[in-house]
Amino acid sequence: MTAVTNPGVESAPYTVEEVCEHFDPVLGLEVHVELNTATKMFCGCANRFGAEPNTNVCPVCLGLPGSLPRLNGTAVESAIKIGLALNCHVRERSGFARKNYFYPDMPKNFQISQYEDPIVFDGYLDVPLDDGSTWRVEIERAHMEEDTGKSLHIGGATGRIHGADHSLLDYNRSGVPLIEIVTKPILGAGVRAPEVARAYVTALRDVLRGLGVSDVRMDQGSMRCDANVSLMPKGSSTFGTRTETKNVNSLRSVERAVRYEMGRHAGVLLSGGSIRQETRHFDEQSGTTSPGRPKETFADYRFFPEPDLPPLEPSRDWVETLRAGLPERPWERRARIQTEWGLSDEELRDLVNADALDLVADTVDAGAPPEAARSWWVSYLAQQANTAGVTLPELAITPAQVARVVALVAEGTLTNKLARQVVDGVLAGEGEPDDVVAGRGLAVVSDESALTTAVDEALAAQPDIAEKIRAGKTKAAGAIVGAVMKATRGQADAARVQELVLERCR
Amino acid sequence: MTGSELISLDAAELARRIHAREVSSVEVTRAHLERIEAVDGPAESGVHAFLHIDADGALAAAEAADRAIAEGTPASPLAGVPIALKDNLTTTDMPTTCASRILEGWRPPYDATVVARLRAAGLVPLGKTNLDEFAMGSSTENSAFGPSRNPWDLTRIPGGSGGGSSSAVAAGEAPLALGSDTGGSIRQPGAVTGTVGVKPTYGTVSRYGLVAFSSSLDQIGPCARSVLDAALLHEVIGGQDKNDQTSVGAPLPPVVEAAEAGARGDLAGVRIGVVTQFSGEGYQPGVLAAFTDAVRLLGELGAEVVEVSCPSFAYALPAYYLIAPSEASSNLARFDAMRYGLRVGDDGERASDEVMSLTREAGFGAEVKRRIMIGTHALSAGSYDALYGKAQKARTLIVRDFTAAFETCDVLISPTTPTTAFAIGERVDDPLAMYLADLCTIPSNLAGNAALSVPCGRSADDGLPVGLQVMAPALADDRAYRVAAAYEVARASVDTAPRIPELRALETSR
Repeated sequence: MTAVTNPGVESAPYTVEEVCEHFDPVLGLEVHVELNTATKMFCGCANRFGAEPNTNVCPVCLGLPGSLPRLNGTAVESAIKIGLALNCHVRERSGFARKNYFYPDMPKNFQISQYEDPIVFDGYLDVPLDDGSTWRVEIERAHMEEDTGKSLHIGGATGRIHGADHSLLDYNRSGVPLIEIVTKPILGAGVRAPEVARAYVTALRDVLRGLGVSDVRMDQGSMRCDANVSLMPKGSSTFGTRTETKNVNSLRSVERAVRYEMGRHAGVLLSGGSIRQETRHFDEQSGTTSPGRPKETFADYRFFPEPDLPPLEPSRDWVETLRAGLPERPWERRARIQTEWGLSDEELRDLVNADALDLVADTVDAGAPPEAARSWWVSYLAQQANTAGVTLPELAITPAQVARVVALVAEGTLTNKLARQVVDGVLAGEGEPDDVVAGRGLAVVSDESALTTAVDEALAAQPDIAEKIRAGKTKAAGAIVGAVMKATRGQADAARVQELVLERCR
Repeated sequence: MTGSELISLDAAELARRIHAREVSSVEVTRAHLERIEAVDGPAESGVHAFLHIDADGALAAAEAADRAIAEGTPASPLAGVPIALKDNLTTTDMPTTCASRILEGWRPPYDATVVARLRAAGLVPLGKTNLDEFAMGSSTENSAFGPSRNPWDLTRIPGGSGGGSSSAVAAGEAPLALGSDTGGSIRQPGAVTGTVGVKPTYGTVSRYGLVAFSSSLDQIGPCARSVLDAALLHEVIGGQDKNDQTSVGAPLPPVVEAAEAGARGDLAGVRIGVVTQFSGEGYQPGVLAAFTDAVRLLGELGAEVVEVSCPSFAYALPAYYLIAPSEASSNLARFDAMRYGLRVGDDGERASDEVMSLTREAGFGAEVKRRIMIGTHALSAGSYDALYGKAQKARTLIVRDFTAAFETCDVLISPTTPTTAFAIGERVDDPLAMYLADLCTIPSNLAGNAALSVPCGRSADDGLPVGLQVMAPALADDRAYRVAAAYEVARASVDTAPRIPELRALETSR
């Protein structure tokens, strides 16, 4: 991967190679993940992205006076699963704390979070790098918290609060369950630091997707990454001043943001300056960062134990049940699938890149042969997704439905052409594949007597051609087959029609 | 039956007559509304127990109760009985102000769990009662809408924070009321108005819909004129609620049964501990004398009375005044002019944080600001361990003292508050003197156990009501009810003063 440079835009003054001649980079990655629970963290409101503003709200997530939080058990289960998948310890007794600060999109002006005793802590994730090697990223902790509402700043040039004319508040996101996963300092990555950062977030996304606990959509904000970067002079073991880059909204941006900050830090430090401890804002367009709010003054959040929620004490049995149910690690699963299905590296990569691997695997699990399953998802369905402007997983067809279509072809009920029409019907919301077959009358005409009648009628209608066939010119049969296919509106098996024509002219 | 007779009856007796259809709920409700009309106003000189009265709503609820009774399907033993609600409980049909300008006119979109349970049980909400702003105070003088007055002497405080509920019940404006007790806000007003006030075990009555002051201490409970009435109301509002995760799953103690058993007057085999720390300097002689009489009376009922020492109770007041403000500073952060309530200075030019500051400056009273500042300081990074952290340690010591005392005693007793009702204005400039009113009640909030105040005669030095506090272990509220009910009956035989004070001077002055 190469750093993208946009003409006319400031680029970092030093390349990572130059940076690493003088410094060792230290990374710290904080990833916020919105859980995909049906309801919010502390109330029964729907946890759904994209609804009309302020429609998924109630006294609890609006923080109305007198309301009290009610913990979502599924969110706790997801947190524990995430911890286990990241090889963390699960705390026998943890609790919630209030993080106090004022912000208009936070209705209680405190956030229910976890402070000194996060539910899971001290783990690691072995992250596959591009060259096939593995990098172990150590996990400090993962804790639960509630998301805030969303401010929409109107009237400013940038959509940021600075310079805005007024702001609108949407509390649909208020109280959505979040997990914040924090790494320990990542040391020793050197020039690979940007790659390690991207690889870690990628691996984390894959693990979370495999667990089914989050949509992990960076573009929709259901997965957000804050990248902490600092440099220390080569040979030193004292960390430099760090910056925290926010608004990093894609995997590629993670790498670019780290690369840019490394270069920027080096530029400042090598020219005798010093780094300000601050939050920085990543700009997707230019690939650069700009200062956000300064973090020089220590923010005092006045944490104290949340008195409205009892301590969390997950039973050992529950934790072990969840551990036993953990899925394979995505990259291990990929390796297994590649072997089992006999895929080339390229074929596997295409599947992964198209977000099709899980879909194909699930289709295979539903009974389809790997080759047929793969072929449907990477060709016809990929085209349909492309046309509709959605991702493959967003297509309105399930792996089980695709497997059923494959089965209908295999048993001869459908031709490939008919099968595509059945898929079109499913995508159009006409029901299950069998419903579409019945509804559209698409089944292959396999009734031999009906077919024979149709063949006889076609031969009678074109006696001259019939004569030619009888005379041994079998190529002439094509015209009769065409007539029969037309008469059956394409629902006959053309090969069988050909056989019948030749039989009847013998 | 005349209105003045109806307003003097206990809730249990009212319920009996309503259910026997000797009188209708509508008649009873009307009698209380007339009483409110006669004695509650004007705000400057009347009892001023109510901040909001919903006569139409009350009469409609009474009619519904009468219909159900006529059809033979009363919703509960208390169906048809009127009740007053402290104005920090959310109600969909009435404003909820917490006696604060910052919430003036706010109409909640949901009912507190206790309010929903009252409605389901067919009780008749009359209106919302006055309190110290956000329940912070011991006299109702911190109400943004002016103090309530003690029906026994209108120049004196009715206790606080729940002085509106206690004075309403004492004055015959309502036979029952709900209060909330964070440091004594049900019991101390009960004591100084000659009424019964109960703080149930923490977690046994849902707090959902109680505007939080200090979440780990707040507890909703009944105000009544008899121990049995309090128990009947306790059974209506108590029990686990899925909307409050601090509410406990244990079955509610059999409080009505205990009150009935106690009323039969036998306390043989009951061991009662007198907490030695709650006497001496600062205690009014007339209060101590009334308490000594109570101790003697309990002995005559067959109880074994012993002295117990709870040395850590000395830390209760300072610990409370760190923990409660700390939680309050966080709980009250939501009043930011953004979504509901008062908004000051929103001229289209000012930024939201400026509007928030101006609103909080104008909307909160002095005591609320004082506690927000104390709490904010106590939770700050530099002082957390020395203040909030140490207060929590003191809390643990207080729990241990209770545990030790309850190993040898079934219940503990003390005066509810060191003095009788003090004069309005007497302590407003001396917060520390004001805080002392809760000296005896605070330990049970910190420990979470059950405690109640039952009338304990009058103080010889000023003729004003005195309260006897009975404390029981967590989830053993029934013990306190039993002892209090026995004492109530025994005292009634020696104290013949009316339970509703003469307010005729007030009534005829209008």
